[in-house]
Amino acid sequence: MLPEAVAAMVDELGRVGNASSLHTSGRRARRVVEEAREALAAAVDAGPSEVIFTGGGTEADNLAVKGLFWARQADRPRRRIIVSAVEHHAVLDPVEWLAAEEAADVHWLGVDARGRVRVDELRAALAEDPDDVALVSVMWANNEVGTVQPVADVVEAAHRHGVPVHSDAVQAFGSLPVSFARSGVDCLTVSAHKIGGPTGTGALVVRRGLDLVPVLHGGGQERGARSGTLDAPSVRAFAVAADVVTRFQAEAAARTARLRDDAVDAVLAVVPDAVLRGDPDPAGRLPGNAHFTFPGCEGDSLLYLLDARGVECSTGSACQAGVPQPSHVLLAMGVGPGEARGALRFSFGYTSTPADVDALATAIGPSVARARRAGLAAARH
Amino acid sequence: MRVLAAMSGGVDSAVAAARAVDAGHDVVGVHLALSRDPARERTGARGCCTIEDARDARRAADRLAIPFYVWDLADRFEQEVVEDFIGEYAAGRTPNPCVRCNERIKFSALLDKALALDFDAVCTGHYARLVPGDDPGGTPELHRAVDAAKDQSYVLAVLPPERLRHALFPLGDTSKDVVRAEAEARGLQVARKPDSHDICFIADGDTAGWLARRLGPQPGVIEDDEGRPVGEHQGAYAFTVGQRRGLRLGVPAPDGRPRYVLDVRPVTNTVVVGPREALSVDRLVGERPVWCGPAPEPGDAVGVQVRAHGEEVGAEVTTVDAGRLEVELHRPVSGVAAGQTLVLYRGTRVLGSATLSR
Repeated sequence: MLPEAVAAMVDELGRVGNASSLHTSGRRARRVVEEAREALAAAVDAGPSEVIFTGGGTEADNLAVKGLFWARQADRPRRRIIVSAVEHHAVLDPVEWLAAEEAADVHWLGVDARGRVRVDELRAALAEDPDDVALVSVMWANNEVGTVQPVADVVEAAHRHGVPVHSDAVQAFGSLPVSFARSGVDCLTVSAHKIGGPTGTGALVVRRGLDLVPVLHGGGQERGARSGTLDAPSVRAFAVAADVVTRFQAEAAARTARLRDDAVDAVLAVVPDAVLRGDPDPAGRLPGNAHFTFPGCEGDSLLYLLDARGVECSTGSACQAGVPQPSHVLLAMGVGPGEARGALRFSFGYTSTPADVDALATAIGPSVARARRAGLAAARH
Repeated sequence: MRVLAAMSGGVDSAVAAARAVDAGHDVVGVHLALSRDPARERTGARGCCTIEDARDARRAADRLAIPFYVWDLADRFEQEVVEDFIGEYAAGRTPNPCVRCNERIKFSALLDKALALDFDAVCTGHYARLVPGDDPGGTPELHRAVDAAKDQSYVLAVLPPERLRHALFPLGDTSKDVVRAEAEARGLQVARKPDSHDICFIADGDTAGWLARRLGPQPGVIEDDEGRPVGEHQGAYAFTVGQRRGLRLGVPAPDGRPRYVLDVRPVTNTVVVGPREALSVDRLVGERPVWCGPAPEPGDAVGVQVRAHGEEVGAEVTTVDAGRLEVELHRPVSGVAAGQTLVLYRGTRVLGSATLSR
C-alpha cells in the first residue's frame, strides 16, 4: 500500500462510527465516506453520486454483469450478452453463470493476435438483433498480456443501438488516464489494491440513470445497489491512493514503462526466441506489463527457478489446487496450448527499480536453459 | 543437498520434509496434482488428490518455511497409472497402482524433472530404509522399515539403484506413532489426519463399480472348475483371483463349501470359481524383473511377498534372467493373481521385484 493510504487507513481504524447512523459519530463517519466518494469520483472523472463502493473488483464486476443483465429484462426480455473472450474471471464467470442459470445467450467476442477485441465482429454481432442485447462488456486493458482495448470504438458501436457497456478498468486505473465521463461507458470497475490501496475494496462507477438490480440485498446502502455497512477506513484509504496515482499517473507511467522496456530488451537479448505477447507497440499496452512465452519451457518450472533466484513473476492463473492453467487469454489470441504452458508475466509498479530489471536479466538465461532441460526430460517418456 | 519433498498433504510426507529440512538440506515442497478433476474435499480414507489435500500440503510447507509449488502430473498419471490399471484389469490381471505410481511417476517423471531442475534427490514419506552399501560407490540398499506394520518397501521394489541413489526416505527408522507425535510437536495441522488406504483415484473405494463405469458392462458366465456354468457376471474385469465375496452364484457347490475365484479369462469373458484348495500354488513365475541391487542367482534362498501387506514366505530362486523369474515356495500360498507384484527379500533387504504372470 502507498504510505499515504496506510496513514489514512490507520487513522480511520481508530475511530468509532457507522456511516449509516444518525448520531454524531455516525455523521462523522458519513462525512469521511462522502469525502472519499468525491475524491474517487474526481480521480475517475465521474460524479460523486455515480460511485458505488464494493468489497473489491470481483464484486463490482458481478454487480455490473448480473445487475445490468437483470435490469435489462425489466421492460422486455433481452437474452444476449456480448463479452470479450479475454476478460478476467470476475467477468467471465458471472457471464457463464448467467448462461447456465438464466439462459443468457453469450457471444464471446474474439481478439486478434495482439489481444485486441475485433470491433467489426462486435458491430456485426450487435446488428444481428440489437434489441435482444442486454449488455456489452469489454475490459479497459487486459490483466495478463496488458493489451489496451479500443473502448471508445466499443462504446460507439454499442450506443448506436442503445446497448449499455461495462468496462473492467481494474488493471488500467492508475496506470493509464481513465476518464469515466469522456469514455462514455455506462459502468466501470475499479479496485483499490491495484493502485496501492487496501485489498477488499473497490467500486463500480455507474452512469446516472442506469438501473442495476442488486446482487447483495440488505440495508439499502449505496443507492440500494449494494447493501452493507460502509467500510470508512478502507474507502478513505482507497480515495487517498486514487488521488495520489491520478496526480502522478503520467510520470509514474513513463518511469514504469522505461523499466518494462528495459526488461523486455534484456529478456529478448538473452533469450532471443522468447515471444513477447500482447501489443508490440508499448503505447498499446499497460506500462507495467511484459508478457512472454518461452518455447520448450513449462511455466511452473520457470516460476520455481526464477523465484529461487529472487525474481517473482506470475504464470497467469491457477486452478483451485494451485496448478498453472493454460491462459484463456493466450488461447483466444491463437496461441497453442503447448506454447501457452510456457507463459510468464512480469509486472512493474511504483516499487520496481532498475535493480529488479538487472536481477531479471541475470536470472532469465540460466533459468530458461534449465527449464528447457526439464521440459526435455519430461518429453522423453 | 538440494531436495525436492513430494508432499501429498498427509502427515508422513510432511514429517519427512521436516526431517529433510532438519538434516540441513535445501528443501522445496511440491504437491503433485494427479487428478484431472480433483474433488473439493477428502472423503473416506483417500489421502491425496483433493483440493483440501493440496491446501494441507501448502500449510505444512508454510510451517516448515520452505518454498512450495503444485506441479501438474495429471496427464502422466492418467496415462501411466490409471490407464495401466484399467488395461490390466481388462486383461484379467490384478495390478498394484501404487507400485506403478512409484515406478513411473514419483521416481520417474517427478525425479527426472527434479534432476533437470538441479535437485539432488526426491524425498517422500514412504516407510522404508536406504542403507549405504559396502561397495566403493556406497550404492544404497533398500530395506524394510523398522515399523513392520507400516513397512512400504514392497511398493518401492521397482526402483533400480540409479533411482534409489536419488531417493530419501526419512521415516524408515520410525514408527507411525512417533511420526504423529512429531507432527504434533512441530505444529503441523495434519498430525491427526487419518491414514490413507486403498486407491487414491477411486474416491469411494468401490473398485468394481469404478471399473464398470470406465469399461462398461460386459456380461458373461461364471463356471466351476469343471466347466459347468454356476452364475453370471457383468464384467470379468471386476473379479480378482482369490476373491470370495460378491460372486452371487445361482448354483451352490455340491459340497456346500464357499467358492473362490480361481481364474479370470478375458478372452472368453469367463470367471472360474472353485474350492479354496485349488488356489494354492507352490511355484511363482514373474516377468520383467527389476533389481534394486545385484540380481539373485538360481539356488539363492529368498523371502517372497506377493501383496502390499502380505506375509513373507521362504522360497528358492530357480530361474532368473532378463525377462523371467521363477521361485519355488517352501510352503504353498493362496490367492495369487497375475499382475500382482512379486517382491524378493533377503533378510530385511529388498532384492527386487517382478510382475506375476499367469
